[in-house]
Amino acid sequence: MGSITLEHVNKSFGDVQVIPDISLEIRDGEFVVFVGPSGCGKSTLLRLIAGLEDTTRGKILLDGQDFTDAPPARRGLAMVFQSYALYPHMSVRDNIAFPLKMARTPQAEIDRKVEYAARTLNLGNYLDRRPRALSGGQRQRVAIGRAIVREPKAFLFDEPLSNLDAALRVNMRLEITELHQQLKTTMVYVTHDQVEAMTMADRIVVLNAGTVEQFGSPLELYKKPANRFVAGFIGSPKMNFVEGAEAGKHGAHSIGVRPEHFTLSTTPGAGTWAGTVMVAEQLGSDTFLHVQTDLGLVTVRTDGEQTFRHGQALFLTPDPSRIYKFDAAGKAI
Amino acid sequence: MARRVSVQTRIGFTVLAWAVALLLFSPILWTVLTAFKTEAEAIASPPTVLPHSFTLDNFAAVQERSDYIKHAINSIIVSFGSTILGLVIAVPASWAMAFSPTRRTKDVLMWMLSTKMMPAVGVLIPIYLIFRDLRLLDTVHGLTIIMTLINLPIIIWMLYTYFKEIPVDILEAARMDGAELWNEIVHVLVPMAVPGIASTLLLNVILAWNEAFWTITLTSGRAGTLTAFISSFSSPQGLFLAKLSAASLLAIAPILLLGWFSQKQLVRGLTFGAVK
Repeated sequence: MGSITLEHVNKSFGDVQVIPDISLEIRDGEFVVFVGPSGCGKSTLLRLIAGLEDTTRGKILLDGQDFTDAPPARRGLAMVFQSYALYPHMSVRDNIAFPLKMARTPQAEIDRKVEYAARTLNLGNYLDRRPRALSGGQRQRVAIGRAIVREPKAFLFDEPLSNLDAALRVNMRLEITELHQQLKTTMVYVTHDQVEAMTMADRIVVLNAGTVEQFGSPLELYKKPANRFVAGFIGSPKMNFVEGAEAGKHGAHSIGVRPEHFTLSTTPGAGTWAGTVMVAEQLGSDTFLHVQTDLGLVTVRTDGEQTFRHGQALFLTPDPSRIYKFDAAGKAI
Repeated sequence: MARRVSVQTRIGFTVLAWAVALLLFSPILWTVLTAFKTEAEAIASPPTVLPHSFTLDNFAAVQERSDYIKHAINSIIVSFGSTILGLVIAVPASWAMAFSPTRRTKDVLMWMLSTKMMPAVGVLIPIYLIFRDLRLLDTVHGLTIIMTLINLPIIIWMLYTYFKEIPVDILEAARMDGAELWNEIVHVLVPMAVPGIASTLLLNVILAWNEAFWTITLTSGRAGTLTAFISSFSSPQGLFLAKLSAASLLAIAPILLLGWFSQKQLVRGLTFGAVK
């Protein structure tokens, strides 16, 4: 079991309010990602759940039981840190066994569980090494191993992949997702990378300045963003926003069009927005075009087969069914 | 970028470095040499450098006049006892200040340091009276207590500095792994701080060993340490220069050896965290 409930949680550091008021319900077995720009309070929120920070007001319930004032050691949660936070003076084996030793598990059971975790995470050959003799990816695996042997109510991940190189990050992303499918334990994952959020989460919490902007499945956020912030944050490259008369035509204060929702033409007059290509970023599979129009710089995503050159005239037509409308406060209409 | 240094400059600096080192070392060297001279030769004018008639009589005389072994044992008990007692108090104190600081932590640290700036003689009378009333005068445990109190600020400061170098993430990881406070300190913090703790221990043993003011004023016969032992030889009556040197040599020899064998550890500990 591992449901996590936050009731009107508030956190201030001195006079600075980081989280004004958050209520959330994370279901047992769910993979929930907290995503948002740096300083939005996502790590603080995770640390509140972990018990590493005290709530200023509000309640934190685990499986319906109040754990607001319980120390981290008593909460039965496991955490994987960005810095891995391995014990440098212990071997990999002792690192993984540490939580079991703290729980006074019999030695035979410790050995069995460490072996199992090492096999699952491909660490069998490294058990007697010290953390400093491991690569970044291996260290992260040890940190995960240390978390899984406890069989916690839930796993908390604090930007675990941001210290890894790009290729390894994709690998570890898959491994963590697979691990979740295998264990079916609740996971709460903090990241600033919306690609990680979209690919891993069952549901995403988008945070901004300590408040929840939207809580929903990745496709829900992509298709029905609640406001301009979510619309701009989810999706890569970012959504294009246009204000003024063009938005007025759609009865909105501002409108948004995702880069992938344009049809392109080079024939003069064959498009609603006329512009010239400033930069074409060829990725092979895709091409990102930065087009200067009368409405401003617009990013367009198109397939990788076509070639464009600087200064080329281009006519863009946004897909009318995929135009997002927002009111003056930025709320979706 | 490597700097270009001419051979002359390099030789010049080498000679200068040796000269300064010898100058600093010369009093100790002189003491060592004098310890093996006769009393007459020790005050001879012009002075001799190497002893003409090598003698061990001074050491025998010193041991005969006042019991060296007894004083040495007292020194060992007081210096190690006070340092270990100090560490037991300082580890939790430094842990608290390094990892859960409050707005006043810096002030508390400064206040602790300020007690070291005050001249010891300023509190001599109250401490002497307290010791007299508690019957702690001329006792080894009394001396251990006062030495612990005197060096506690330094122990706390040193440990605080070392603990600050330990990433708090690792302690938090231990908390998440189910470690209660005691286990966090014993299994994670202390093993990681071993180099720092070891150099704190060494430095404070040396400081306590060399402490003279309190050992001389608070002891007489029974609990005297080696510093009291040396001072007992600096009497105005008679010619005792060679015997004083022999006593000094006996008193500093153990700590000199300790420092010699642990210099690597000391340097590592004192520069710990200076370069990451």
